[in-house]
Amino acid sequence: MAFLFDIKRYSINDGPGVRITIFFKGCPLACRWCHNPESVSFKTEKLYNRNKCIGCGSCVVACPEKALTLTAEEGITTDFTLCTLCGKCAEVCPANAVEMSGRDYSENEIMEAILKETHIMDQSGGGVTFSGGEPLMHPRELKSLLIRCGDSRIHRAVDTSGYVKSTIIEEILPHTDLFLYDLKLMNSDCHRRWTGVDNGLILHNLRSIAAHDKEYHIRIPLVEGVNCDEENIGETISFLNGLNKRPSVVALLPYHNIAMKKFEKLGKSYQENGMGKLSDERVELIREQFQQQGFNVSVGG
Amino acid sequence: MFEELKTKNSVPEREAFREGNHDADNAARPGMNERIRRLREESISTPATLSIERALIETRFYKENEGKLAIPVMRAMNFMEICEKKQIYIGRDELIVGERGEKPKAVYTFPELTCHSVEDLNVLNSREQQRYLIGPEDIETYAREVIPYWSGRSQRDRIFAHVPAEWKAAYEAGLYTEFMEQRAPGHTCLDGKIYQKGMLDFKREIAAAIDKLDYFNDSQATDREEQLRAMSLSCDALIRLGERHAEKAEEMAKQEKNPKRSEELLQIAEVCRWVPAHAPRNFREAIQMYWFVHLGVITELNGWDAFNPGHFDQHLSPFYTKDLESGLLTREEAKELLCCFWIKVNNQPAPPKVGITASESGTYNDFTNINIGGVKPDGSDGVNEVSYLMLEVIEELHILQPGNSVHISSVTPNRFLHAAIKVIRKGHGYPSVFNPDVYIPQMLRSGKSLSDAREGGCSGCIEVGAFGKEAYLLTGYLNVPKILEVTLNNGLNPVTGRKVGIETGDPSSFTTYDELYSAFHKQLQHVIDLKIRVNQYIDRMYARYFPATFLSVITDDCIAKGRDYYNGGPRYNTTYIQCTGLGTVTDSLSSLKRHVFEEKIITMDQMLHAISLNFEGKEILRQRILNKTPFFGNDDNYADEIAVKVYNDLFDLIDGRPNGKEGGKYHMNMLSTTCHNYFGNVMGATPNGRLARKAISDGTSPSHGSDTHGPTAVIRSLSRLDQVKSGGTLLNLRFLPGLLRSEESVAKLGALIRSYFAQGGHHVQFNVVDNATLLAARENPEDYRDLMVRVAGYSDYFNDLHENFKQEIIDRTENGSF
Repeated sequence: MAFLFDIKRYSINDGPGVRITIFFKGCPLACRWCHNPESVSFKTEKLYNRNKCIGCGSCVVACPEKALTLTAEEGITTDFTLCTLCGKCAEVCPANAVEMSGRDYSENEIMEAILKETHIMDQSGGGVTFSGGEPLMHPRELKSLLIRCGDSRIHRAVDTSGYVKSTIIEEILPHTDLFLYDLKLMNSDCHRRWTGVDNGLILHNLRSIAAHDKEYHIRIPLVEGVNCDEENIGETISFLNGLNKRPSVVALLPYHNIAMKKFEKLGKSYQENGMGKLSDERVELIREQFQQQGFNVSVGG
Repeated sequence: MFEELKTKNSVPEREAFREGNHDADNAARPGMNERIRRLREESISTPATLSIERALIETRFYKENEGKLAIPVMRAMNFMEICEKKQIYIGRDELIVGERGEKPKAVYTFPELTCHSVEDLNVLNSREQQRYLIGPEDIETYAREVIPYWSGRSQRDRIFAHVPAEWKAAYEAGLYTEFMEQRAPGHTCLDGKIYQKGMLDFKREIAAAIDKLDYFNDSQATDREEQLRAMSLSCDALIRLGERHAEKAEEMAKQEKNPKRSEELLQIAEVCRWVPAHAPRNFREAIQMYWFVHLGVITELNGWDAFNPGHFDQHLSPFYTKDLESGLLTREEAKELLCCFWIKVNNQPAPPKVGITASESGTYNDFTNINIGGVKPDGSDGVNEVSYLMLEVIEELHILQPGNSVHISSVTPNRFLHAAIKVIRKGHGYPSVFNPDVYIPQMLRSGKSLSDAREGGCSGCIEVGAFGKEAYLLTGYLNVPKILEVTLNNGLNPVTGRKVGIETGDPSSFTTYDELYSAFHKQLQHVIDLKIRVNQYIDRMYARYFPATFLSVITDDCIAKGRDYYNGGPRYNTTYIQCTGLGTVTDSLSSLKRHVFEEKIITMDQMLHAISLNFEGKEILRQRILNKTPFFGNDDNYADEIAVKVYNDLFDLIDGRPNGKEGGKYHMNMLSTTCHNYFGNVMGATPNGRLARKAISDGTSPSHGSDTHGPTAVIRSLSRLDQVKSGGTLLNLRFLPGLLRSEESVAKLGALIRSYFAQGGHHVQFNVVDNATLLAARENPEDYRDLMVRVAGYSDYFNDLHENFKQEIIDRTENGSF
């Protein structure tokens, strides 16, 4: 069983070709710009979409814990001291305004979904991408799936923050064709401030992937006010230059606030303080910096 | 009473660019040079007008000659009379010449088939959309000279005098439409023969066929002789049309002050002295040859979908290569001539129908569909330099007509597919994409030879045929969801309370889904029988009274058989019935199966009651249906199996039934054009949660917004239909422009197309969503649940986004920065 929050078909920005992306739930980082906030917790979560809610009250009646209230101002509010996340409310909601995020998927169920995409993978040179959350936080399930995909000759990418025990990387590495590796901040303090964790392990694991001559892409979210300063970009470039093997792609992902709605659905507030969108001109300057160093750079996606 | 046929005024999926003629992002006069810019502007800014010229010539000719001549000869002489007497137009910049009417955008009427009333003409002149201007004097003349003669004599009047009451009731309820009550059977494409033979060559073939007639043993020899003589006269008529253009050009050259233009006019004269009498000798004559033939076909009668050169790039390619080699032509000159041709087609709006009221609308598009790419008759890749030139012309001109399509076989190179996608991503919808690797087996299945099948392709919207050798007639759309609605009302039309079908049992007495389905199947059979019965009659009416003697000249084997295009003359004779609304009917059946018969969350009576209330006060139920029912297009076996069952049953009820023409047969087709709007408009709410009067699903696409698992899921659902069985399927996919921004994403869309085609898909077209659609999506999220946003490591649907981000996407689309 693997604990996922989503499976998305026709993913066109998660590695080469057209891919199917398997989203594991649970992440050791808490990046402030995270655009999948429902991916952070290792538990099932309840999502509520006020726009879809028709105010019928079906969930209020169905809730065995009497944890729900319906008001004109706020729609459905959940008393999480009572809620057991049993999911009855989502089951009865006619409008799918309430959804439970995160459930166990059997390995066969996941493989079946992956194999449905055989044709588009063939035609596009695509494959499967395991993402999250942090897929490496589920090493047993991930490894087993990677092996099965390998047996079916499916190209496998693992999208990781790199913040896992080094032995896990070592174990997963032979069964992975490509790593999509996030590199957010070079300064350890800043990294801790914005993501909640230190970056020592992340940098160490990246060196190890490069040392194994494994293909990897570097993904850098560009968030104004966080990591777009010359110092960080310069350090990132010199770090990458110092690695045994260079990344085949450096993907610059300009920050966007597309995920605002998801925070609302989780009942959380979205703190944008200090973070901003980088101007197109600055993105272009950074792109050039990488390009001048001979990196194959892509922007956006 | 037949004036009730309404085409809903709402904007259908592709209307924005079908009706296009506006290029927002290239308002600065598109076109490769000053000549093309002027011709394009003239074509776009000239309003469509009605010309009574043809009707007057024809009516006078009929008054004088009716009864004196055999019918085919009468038709051919009538055609000659029009070619001889019509005004000849040559515009000031033109290189390719010839208009159907007396000027660009002037449309003829065809009173022998369907005669407009004074009221019709007034409405056409004044309605809001798709207006056709006509002056009061012309209306007066029409009322005096044309209408009295054709009243009661027109094909339409005679058809409606014959049809049974039962047919009329079903027709008025919108269970089906009937194509041939307003326009002649058409949907015809040409092969390569007119680039090898001129009209004089055809005349020699005809004379030889007459020589071979056996008056002693063949009881039809006299009929054949009349037909062949008429065909020979039709060749003369077209030659005369060419000569008259030459004469006009020579006369204009004499008066022309500009020596350059005078020289051009003399060149035009030289071309028109040669074609259509003889086979063309170069690229320019080849285009002019086709254009005269096109004009001949659309002047003789008003056949559906005008006319179509078929694989035009393949036909022109040898001329192009030869002329470039000999230095007669440059690439730019070839492109200019193609632009001139493109604009000529745009100058011919569709002939307007009768019985049009102010609230209705139609389209100016007459559905010429240029096939680009594909395979050659020997199976090899058909893409050539002219194919790329045509893509450039489409992208640069961006005009309503002609429609165009690219044909992507496994032998077609990716660089051609990707070039086509770059035109598609401009957001005008063209070209649509077809799969020869499915339509060739489709034609083999229906009895064509391999080389004839490969010479074939698609015309109009998506319909398959063997070009130059087949009469494949579309007879009208079948409203499959409406037939389910009638079944749920035991034979009554719930909108009017009138009986329009047979009694198949009170649905509340059904205890199983199978009982319901078998009642639906009975009703389907009844309606299809009813439709075919009247189609057979109309077919004979055309064979007898309105032979297409010119079209017969250029369609194999009419000369050899001595029979008309409408009378089994062609090598292949197919009749299509177009079944509409597969998505809606599948989702409705799925909803009934799941909620009424399996989970029993509601009884049949309660469901029917909610439907009769148009779900007013039943929003909880409707939301439940919308969100908790397996719908077609999601790669979900539950729904897909229902779709396959309905599809196969329609096939079994239609395919292979004789159409009475030399072994010809009925086949199923799955297109809807814009009829899904009209069909939705005559219906109440449906069990899939669709509200009354809303459009039903188009072609074989999923119901609007019901596919929520991305395009690969949609194509897998569609692939479950054995598409070789149908004379065409139609899939619309909506994309946000951002999904097609980069080179890489172009390749990925290419892969999506290849993947669908590898799984047996026939056709796909892309709506690269425009701003208006996004605004509509924000207003009516329910109809647009399928709009996807794709970002790295994240994916969501447009309507699940925060308002701010929706706005951002709208702004981005508006700026065209993709």
